[in-house]
Amino acid sequence: MASRIRYQLIGQQQPAPFWTLAAVAAVVVLAGLAAAAYMATVGHHITGMNNQVVWGVPHVFAVTLILAASGALNVASVGSVFGRVDHKPLARLSGVLAVALLIGGLTVLVLDLGRPDRLIVAMTHYNLRSIFAWNILLYTGFLAIVAVYLWTLMEPRMRVHSTKAGTVAFAWRIILTTGTGSIFGFLLAREAYGGAIMAPLFIAASLAYGTAAFSLLFLAVMRSQGRRAPEQLLSGISGMMGVFVMAVLLLLAIHFLTLLYTPGRHDVVRFLLLEGGSIPATLWLGKVVIGGIVPAVLLFHGATRRRAGALAAASIMVLIGGFAHVFVMIVGAQSYPLQLFPGREVSGAVFDGRAASYTPTAPELLLGLGGIALVVLIAMIALRFLALTPKHLPDEPVDEPVAAEPSAEDESGGGEEPAPAASHG
Amino acid sequence: MSNEQRNDSPVNAGRRRLLGGAAALAGLTIAPGVFLVHASVPTRPEGTPASDQVRWGMLVDTNRCRVDCDACVTACREENGWEGHDRPETDAKWIRKMTVTERDGRQTSLPMMCQHCAEPPCAYVCPTGATFRRDDGIVLVDKHLCIGCRYCMMACPYQVRFFVHEPVASRSPNHPRGKGTVEGCNLCVHRIDQGVLPACVEACGERGQGALIFGDLNDPRSRISRAIAEYGAESVRADLELDTGVRYQGLS
Repeated sequence: MASRIRYQLIGQQQPAPFWTLAAVAAVVVLAGLAAAAYMATVGHHITGMNNQVVWGVPHVFAVTLILAASGALNVASVGSVFGRVDHKPLARLSGVLAVALLIGGLTVLVLDLGRPDRLIVAMTHYNLRSIFAWNILLYTGFLAIVAVYLWTLMEPRMRVHSTKAGTVAFAWRIILTTGTGSIFGFLLAREAYGGAIMAPLFIAASLAYGTAAFSLLFLAVMRSQGRRAPEQLLSGISGMMGVFVMAVLLLLAIHFLTLLYTPGRHDVVRFLLLEGGSIPATLWLGKVVIGGIVPAVLLFHGATRRRAGALAAASIMVLIGGFAHVFVMIVGAQSYPLQLFPGREVSGAVFDGRAASYTPTAPELLLGLGGIALVVLIAMIALRFLALTPKHLPDEPVDEPVAAEPSAEDESGGGEEPAPAASHG
Repeated sequence: MSNEQRNDSPVNAGRRRLLGGAAALAGLTIAPGVFLVHASVPTRPEGTPASDQVRWGMLVDTNRCRVDCDACVTACREENGWEGHDRPETDAKWIRKMTVTERDGRQTSLPMMCQHCAEPPCAYVCPTGATFRRDDGIVLVDKHLCIGCRYCMMACPYQVRFFVHEPVASRSPNHPRGKGTVEGCNLCVHRIDQGVLPACVEACGERGQGALIFGDLNDPRSRISRAIAEYGAESVRADLELDTGVRYQGLS
């Protein structure tokens, strides 16, 4: 061991901007809670949801955050499970962000329930035939497993178990995302979903969106300290995210091609890709161009893949693409009319034979944004009070003065760990 | 309660004798669009669990159902108190009239409501078990367990489940409703248990065209079973193999 990795607390050196940002996040969280309370009081008729589009923008935010939660653990998994030692110092950040994202997503999901006050019912009555009930167990299990994993990373006496804990967390999150995808894949009534492919599609999506969310947090922390990330590390993360972004595009293409190959599904494909109002634009522009092709170029091109700015831009675009993707999968799929009498014209009082329109209202958007703000707030509090941030990364350039925060080793007891012997780009 | 027990009941035996004669007479003239008679509904004694010996079902004769008639819809709304707020996109419609137009222009009118599937996707996906299928085939929602997640609405192929989008102004004594929960046709379970036909079936017979038959699909002697055996019937989206309790004649 050449040296030991030392960790630090964030926000001590410059508390004013740190707590200002945290306060802004808290205000948005409160606004989201107020929006949820308003929805719960007057009912969902003040949202854009209706008898056909029953899951709206809150679900889009919630599912995107939950997908990102699973994927945010990538960097930790790459370090603990796949032996990429240069990623290992970032495992704590990765684990904490995963927990924060999951809590943010679940909070939005719960507050969009018709009866959020009955959360205890959901925790005490399980219909084990329901994939939704499985997901409740998968989510709570994920929080517990990642908490143990973080413990093995931060407690020196437990460090010998970190690989085992990391492996369990890795396996669990793949199962978790399979469960999330299956929420949609198991819906035989909705023509836009394609059964088994929804699970791998959601796994790939989680890997992409989670890595993007992690990259933004990591780069923000580095920037706040005036530090530069090692180029090899940036290149590694860029390459990983680029592969995931391409995997999502590939699986999406296969999904639509499979639907196209089924004669009865041609209309739904035409709706989602060409004729469904804002849905095709969201898919093509939001997911394919902004969330797919452009970031893939940035992540793979030799001139940009080692640059923090390019990685940050690509990450923002991948997340925008993630929201667009989930919007199309949730809102687009519901907007397409159910086929009660395939091949015949129908009319009736509940969107029969016609596409539903959906325009989100302010309370829904505030609730979703409140979920994102909750993620930011949890992450900031964790950064402030837990030794998550490495003081210095292997191969980190030191050509600029480092505005280092005080070491956390005295406060946390878990403030340092053996540095990786070598890093692999 | 087993079939044998029910058949031994003097009330039912007497009712069967009376109706049996009428049915036999009517059966001689049975034809699509010509004959539909209300089925008898045995009372379920209080405290007795629903029996899987019975499978309640409904047969819709679309040949008799008229586009301009909504007697079934009005009766259901009055019976169960789901009048809306004049917001068509969010108001509940436990039963609605649909018009299906064939490629040759022929139009068919029919009521659409919960199809009371033997394999109900809504009940399978419900995380808390609030949506369940009673042993006699009726799909119900336990309003105390429904958390309003709306996954059942995503799963239902028929778009016949409704989320209560706003506070309920008036309450029907027959059916509890509550903002934030999901609801749908319950086949007028409160009437069935008292030996009375569902409101829609009764109204269709009295004010409509007599296009609805209600009865026990498990009993081959019931009118619904005999009508199905004689003239056939089909489920909407039969390809999904959900074994619906509501069947239609004259669709194809």
